[in-house]
Amino acid sequence: MSEKHLIRPYGDRKDDGVIQLSFVLPVPVSEKAKEAAAQLAKKLGLSHVLVSSMEKAGEDYSFFVVYGRTHMQLDYAAIEVPVVAHRKHAFDELNDVIERDVGRKIVVVGACIGTDSHTTGIDAIMNMKGFAGDYGLERYRMFRAINLGSQVEPHALVEKAREVEADAVLVSKVVTQRDVHKEDARTLVEAAKQAKIFDKTIWIFGGPRVDHKTALELGFDAGFGPGTKPSDVANYIYYRLLERQGRAPPPQPTAHGTPDAIIQGAEKP
Amino acid sequence: MAQLFVEPGKVVRARELAQKAARGVQAFIDRHSTVAIERTVLRLLGIGGAGARGAPLSNLLVDKLREAKVLHKGAAWWLGRALKASPGRDPLQAIERIAAYPEKLPPLSPGEDAELRETIRADARSAARELREKVEKRKELKRSLQVGSFPGAPWKYVIVATGNIHDDVEQARAAAQQGADVIAVIRSTAQSLLDYVPHGPTTEGYGGTYATQENFRIMREALDDVSRKLGRYVHLTNYSSGLCMPEIAYMAAAERLDMLLNDAMYGILFRDINMQRTFCDQYFSRRICAFAEIIINTGEDNYITTADADEAAHTVIASQLVNETFAHLAGMPDELIGFGHSFEIDPAREDTLLREFAMAMMVRELFPRSPIKYMPPTKHKEGDIFFSHAYDVMSDLVAISTRQGIQLLGMMTEAMHNPFLMDRYVALKAAAYVYRAARHLGDEMAFKPDGIVARRQREVFDKALALLEEVAKDGMMAAIGKARFGDTARTETGGKGLDGVFERAPDYFNPFLELLEGRA
Ligand code: B12
Repeated sequence: MSEKHLIRPYGDRKDDGVIQLSFVLPVPVSEKAKEAAAQLAKKLGLSHVLVSSMEKAGEDYSFFVVYGRTHMQLDYAAIEVPVVAHRKHAFDELNDVIERDVGRKIVVVGACIGTDSHTTGIDAIMNMKGFAGDYGLERYRMFRAINLGSQVEPHALVEKAREVEADAVLVSKVVTQRDVHKEDARTLVEAAKQAKIFDKTIWIFGGPRVDHKTALELGFDAGFGPGTKPSDVANYIYYRLLERQGRAPPPQPTAHGTPDAIIQGAEKP
Repeated sequence: MAQLFVEPGKVVRARELAQKAARGVQAFIDRHSTVAIERTVLRLLGIGGAGARGAPLSNLLVDKLREAKVLHKGAAWWLGRALKASPGRDPLQAIERIAAYPEKLPPLSPGEDAELRETIRADARSAARELREKVEKRKELKRSLQVGSFPGAPWKYVIVATGNIHDDVEQARAAAQQGADVIAVIRSTAQSLLDYVPHGPTTEGYGGTYATQENFRIMREALDDVSRKLGRYVHLTNYSSGLCMPEIAYMAAAERLDMLLNDAMYGILFRDINMQRTFCDQYFSRRICAFAEIIINTGEDNYITTADADEAAHTVIASQLVNETFAHLAGMPDELIGFGHSFEIDPAREDTLLREFAMAMMVRELFPRSPIKYMPPTKHKEGDIFFSHAYDVMSDLVAISTRQGIQLLGMMTEAMHNPFLMDRYVALKAAAYVYRAARHLGDEMAFKPDGIVARRQREVFDKALALLEEVAKDGMMAAIGKARFGDTARTETGGKGLDGVFERAPDYFNPFLELLEGRA
C-alpha cells in the first residue's frame, strides 16, 4: 500500500474545502426561499454556507448560487483509474508494424447505431480527415475502414461485420437519454452472439457519455470517450488484435492501471 | 448596420443559378405526390381522428388506396367517390368498400366526375376559410401585444424538451416570464422517421414530445395565457421535418403556431429521408406555411455542426439561396423565410469573432426582408459551462449588432443535456444584458472595406458561387449525391420513404393544391 495522500477541494487556501453550487428551487423568490437554499446546502454537509445569489427564474422558481465548505476528504493514493499502458505508434510507424505483425489490412466496420443520427463522432474516428489534426482510420494504409454512417440498426451492423469478416467493430452512441445507448449496445452484443461473431471480433464502444468501464460492463472490449483521437483507436486495435492472436505480450500495466485499460484518458490535449 | 462587401453582380448571378437548380427539382415535384401529402389533404377534409389502436385514420385510408393501387388519382377524389357510393357511411368504411374492388365501381360520366370534384372543392374552400380564421385570431392577439424586447432586437428563442407536454408547459411559462419570445418544443428522438403523426398528448417522450396536434393545442393555449399576462407575445414553434412535413404544417396552422423548422434538404441530409420524398413534401408543407403565414426556419446551421464551420461557410450561403428559391416557388414571401445559420467556428482559432461578423452580416444583407434565424455555438461546446457561457455571450453580441431576427440562445450545458430551467434563465439574463448594452452598436460600427471581414465575405461568396455553378450544371440531386451539402452524400433512390412517392395521374385531384397554388 502506498502512502496516503489526503485532499480536499481548494478554494483560496489549502484544505479550505470550498465548493460552489447552483440550483433551482420551485418556490418564488423570498427570504424564506433563501433560507431554504442555505438549509439545503447545510444538509449536504457544507458549513460556512453563503447564498451569494437568489434570482427570480420565473414567478414560481428561484435560482441560487451557493458557496460552502465541505469537510470531506479523500485519499488520492487509493484511487484507481485505467491509464494508457502501451507505447503509442505514430502514423507511419503504426502502418509499418501492422504490415510486419499482422501482414494484411485490418478490417474495421463502424456505425452510429439505433435511431441516433449523430455522425460526427464516428466520422471523426473513421473518415480520412480525422479529428483535431489526427488522421482517421480511412487514411491508414493498413486499415480497411467501412463507415456505415448513422441510424444503423444493430443487426445491420452485425450483418456487415460478418460479411466483411471485420476484425473490429466501432460503435458510436451520442444520444444517451434514458440510457438508450446501453440498450442499443446490449442489442448489438446479443445480435453478435447470435451471428456467432462475438468472440472473434473486437468490439469498441464510443461517444461523449461512454467510458471504458461502462463499455466493459456492456461486454465490449473497450470504450472511448470525449476527445478520443483516431490514432488512439488505431493503436488500440493493433495491440488488441495481436493480444487476441496470442502473439504479443499484453500491454504493460502501469502502477495504478490494469492491462485491459489501455485507453481512457489517452493523450488528452 | 450590416454591411455586404460582395459585388452585387455576383449576388444576382448566384440567385439565377440557385433558381436554375431548384427549377429542375420543381418540375419533378409538380408531377408527383406522396402519401404524406395525401394524408394532409384528408386531414384538411376533416379526417383527423385515430383508429382503435391509435393509428391515424388518414394513414389507414391512404394505405388502403395505395394497396388498391389507385392513389395516383388523389385521396380527395376517392374520398368523394367513396362517400358518393355509400352516402352516410363513415369515411373509413366507405373507402374500405371501394378500395376492395375499385375496378367494380361504375365509371362516372364526365358530368358526374366534375360534380364530384366541385363538391369536394367546396369542402376544401370552407376548410381553408376555417384555417384562415384561426390564423387571423393568432395575428390579432399578436397585434394587441408587444413583440420582442424592443424594435430591432432579435426574438429570444429557447427550447423546452422534457418529454412531457405538461412539464413543457410549466417550463415554457417560466421561460416566458424570464424573457423568452419564442418557445420551441423539441420533438421526440426519431419522430422524423415515423410515417405517421402520433395522436394525442405526449407524457413520456424520448428527449422531447411528439409533434401532435393535441400537444400543439395544449402549448399554444398556455402561451396565449402567459402572453396576455405579460403583455408580450410569446411565439410557438415546432418541427415540420421528417416523413410528415405537410401534415405537421397543417396541424401547426390549425393550432396557431407561429413558426416551423422547415428545410428543403434537412431530412435528406440529416435523417436519410429519400430526396424525392422530401422535395415533394417540403413543397406542399411550404404552401401551407405560406397560406397560414407561418415563418419557416431553414436548417443550414446543421451543415456547420457537421462539417467544419469555417471551411463549409459557403455551403450555408449556397443552400440558403436554394432554399429561398424553393420557398418562393411554394409561394412564400421573404418575410416568412427565416434563413438559418449559426455561430459555430472553432473557438480555439484566432479572429473567429470577425469571421462570425462577416457571415452574420452577409446573411443579413443577402436577405434584407427576411427574419434571419441565428443559432448559437453548439458543436464546440464542452463540459466547462463557464467557458460555454462566455462563448454564448459572444454570439449574443453578434446577433444584436447585426440585427439577426430570431436568436436561439446558447445553453451553457449544451454538451450535457436538454436545457434545464436554470440554464435558460442564465442565457436569457445574459442576452437581455447584451441586447441592452449593444442596442445601437450596429448603427455606429463600420468595418473596413478591405479588412478581414470584407475579404472573408468575398472569399465565402466566391466559393458559394462556384458551388452553385456546379449544382446548376449537374442538378440538385446529383450535387447531393456528391456530398456538396453538410458533408453528406445521398442517392436519388436511397433513404427512407421513397415507396410513399408516386406519379400523379393526368386526372389527379388535390383541391387544396389548386387553392394554394391559386388555380381555384
Ligand atoms: C452537432 C449536434 C447535432 C447535429 C448532428 C449532426 C451530425 N451530422 O452528426 C444535429 C443537429 C443533426 C443533431 C440532432 C440531434 N441532437 Co444533437 N448535438 C449535436 C452537438 C451540438 C455536437 C455533437 C458533435 O458533433 N460533437 C463533436 C464530435 C466530434 O464529438 P463526439 O460525438 O463526442 O465524438 C468524439 C468522442 O465522443 C469519440 N467518439 C464518438 N463516437 C465514437 C465511436 C467510437 C467507436 C470511438 C472509438 C470514439 C467515438 O470520438 C469523437 C472524437 O473525439 C451536441 C452537443 C455537444 N456539444 O456535444 C448535441 C447533442 C449530442 N444532441 C442531442 C440531441 C438530444 C439531439 C436530438 C435527439 C434532438 C432531437 N430531439 O431531435 C437530435 C438527433 C435526432 C436523432 N435521431 O438522433 C443531445 C444529446 C443529449 C443526450 N445526452 O442524450 C446533445 C448533447 C445536445 C443537448 N444538450 O441536448 N445534433
